[in-house]
Amino acid sequence: MRTPRCLFAPVLAAALAVTGLLALSHGISGAAAQEAPKPPSENWSFDGLFGIPDLAAAQRGFQVYSEVCSTCHAMHQMHYRDLTGLGFTDDQVKAIAATFTVPQGLDDQGQPKEGPGTPANQFRSPFPNEKAARAAMNGALPPDLSLIINARPDGPNYVYGILTGYADAPAGFAMQDGMNYNRFFAGHQIAMPQPLTDGRVTYIDGTPTTVDQMARDVVTFLYWTANPETAERKAMGVRVILFLILLTGVTYAVKRKIWASVH
Amino acid sequence: MAGLHKSDLPNPVLNWIDSRLPIITMMQKEYGVFPTPRNFNYFWNFGALAMVTLILMIVTGIFLAMNYQPNTGLAFDSVQHIMRDVNYGWLIRYVHQNGGSMFFIVTYIHIFRGLYYGSYKAPRELLWILGVVILLLMMATAFMGYVLPWGQMSYWGATVITNLFSAFPAIGPKIVTLLWGGFSVDQPTLNRFFSLHYLLPFVLIGVVFLHVAALHIVGSNNPLGIEPKGPQDTLPFHPYYTAKDSVGVCVFLIVWAAFVFFAPNVLGDPNNFIEANPLQTPADIVPEWYFLPYYAILRSVPNKLLGVCMMFGSILVLFVVPWLDTSRVRSARFRPTYRWLLLLWVLSFVVLGVCGANKPEGIWVILSRIGALYYFAHFLLIMPILGKLERPLSLPESITQAVTGRPLESH
Repeated sequence: MRTPRCLFAPVLAAALAVTGLLALSHGISGAAAQEAPKPPSENWSFDGLFGIPDLAAAQRGFQVYSEVCSTCHAMHQMHYRDLTGLGFTDDQVKAIAATFTVPQGLDDQGQPKEGPGTPANQFRSPFPNEKAARAAMNGALPPDLSLIINARPDGPNYVYGILTGYADAPAGFAMQDGMNYNRFFAGHQIAMPQPLTDGRVTYIDGTPTTVDQMARDVVTFLYWTANPETAERKAMGVRVILFLILLTGVTYAVKRKIWASVH
Repeated sequence: MAGLHKSDLPNPVLNWIDSRLPIITMMQKEYGVFPTPRNFNYFWNFGALAMVTLILMIVTGIFLAMNYQPNTGLAFDSVQHIMRDVNYGWLIRYVHQNGGSMFFIVTYIHIFRGLYYGSYKAPRELLWILGVVILLLMMATAFMGYVLPWGQMSYWGATVITNLFSAFPAIGPKIVTLLWGGFSVDQPTLNRFFSLHYLLPFVLIGVVFLHVAALHIVGSNNPLGIEPKGPQDTLPFHPYYTAKDSVGVCVFLIVWAAFVFFAPNVLGDPNNFIEANPLQTPADIVPEWYFLPYYAILRSVPNKLLGVCMMFGSILVLFVVPWLDTSRVRSARFRPTYRWLLLLWVLSFVVLGVCGANKPEGIWVILSRIGALYYFAHFLLIMPILGKLERPLSLPESITQAVTGRPLESH
């Protein structure tokens, strides 16, 4: 007697139908997303299965963050001690931290005091709190950048697009007061003035400081701050999965042997 | 009949224990020699996979709770503290975060297996019902767990979902206040969700125990849907199915590890990397992927109360499936029409999921209405009517005969 044993054909049919539906879904959402233009798709050191952040680029990006972005953007998840993860030595981290003036608790009179940073300190915040930030920034709040790469769809390309997307507003485009035109920001009006211009910082390693180069470096740095465990995680993942494949092979062989007398 | 259990264990220490608490005898009976149909396919792995997931979720969850702060001002940062400062905290959290998705994948396949092979039919109705209770508990646990990181989607997801109860007339708003512990999602909500998120998995263990106990009374179904007719149709659970389940567990762990190590956030929402802000609503509030089909059912109905009822109904209807299906044949393998309609139901579930991920406008409204209509029609119309009309294929004489081609040996 022939019984229809195989689930394969119906499952394949269902899978094809779902694929078609997803394709349709992408087509429609692509057409509907007029207000948020898709940023350019760039290549990143941390892309792909085995990609990890390029530490030299991330160190340069830290310089760009410190000299440019940190004027307005806090990174309150980060501590100076974390910078060892960028390849700095303990002494270098101490020296870097000491260049920043950060809150150091209360003095003997009970008044808040400031002092040079230590590795244990959080990154210096430009504003004491959200209200102070909004008051200084025309009502807009510069978002904390610690997790910004993860907090936006297609984060690396999005941040890169914003940083390189400044342009003159097209003729007839009504700009609000104090706003800036950006090709990749939803609605094209962004409160942040163009942060990067050619030569804005001077890299120690002599890398040319074009807007494109600085944007790439700072994105690499921000990817690292959002996902500092990336290198460790992917390296461990390779070992874990290779082990599990081996274990699956052994387990399957055992299963075959046990079942040999039954089949 | 008090007195010592007559244990036949040769080891005197084990024998002493077993005589007073025959737990070893019980394990031997239920997991050692337990007669299990010899013809399981790999779909029968998924119950074991769900058990493994539940254990791993509880273990990782206990360690997360050691470092998590159920406080609206600290919760978000405490999760980042786990990710950055706790030794292997990122690993524990990513296992737990992706484990939620793995749990639902495994459970949905487990439920599909039950539907396809008719595992809910007599005498396994109560076994099935306990399974639906497990599903409901899982959903509540997952929902409250998703609130804990206190990101934007945590907060607004919690607000939208708890607000659904306000649709019920008269008592609705009171239920919502009770859930919140106040007049909006806030500190009392987060605190009680943390407490319940820690409690419910242990309730789950209790119901899973009942689920397994009920299974061991009626015995397992199998791909043919016919009962074993004698010892030649079954195998002892150990070593045959311990070995086969182990293969499945290994493959499953590879899939889980692939997510944890190489795409830990692919199933999540970028908005949850932004701390909860009651003053700023995200552009789209979307639940986790495993709730999308129900979300689509909810939004397919223009009336809120009706939508909420249909959403809850889409799970509650599972409770009565054993009585909705009128066919005497269990396995869809022998039901040529039903087989395709059940796969169509799976398709409707997937289509609803895709609809739930998209804004409820244009084609997605139409598709989600068709999907929701079929989802319910399958249970309420097709199951009762087709069971009477359909002419099933002839069932094999016995499991052994179907597996080996040999006729049933007479003893």
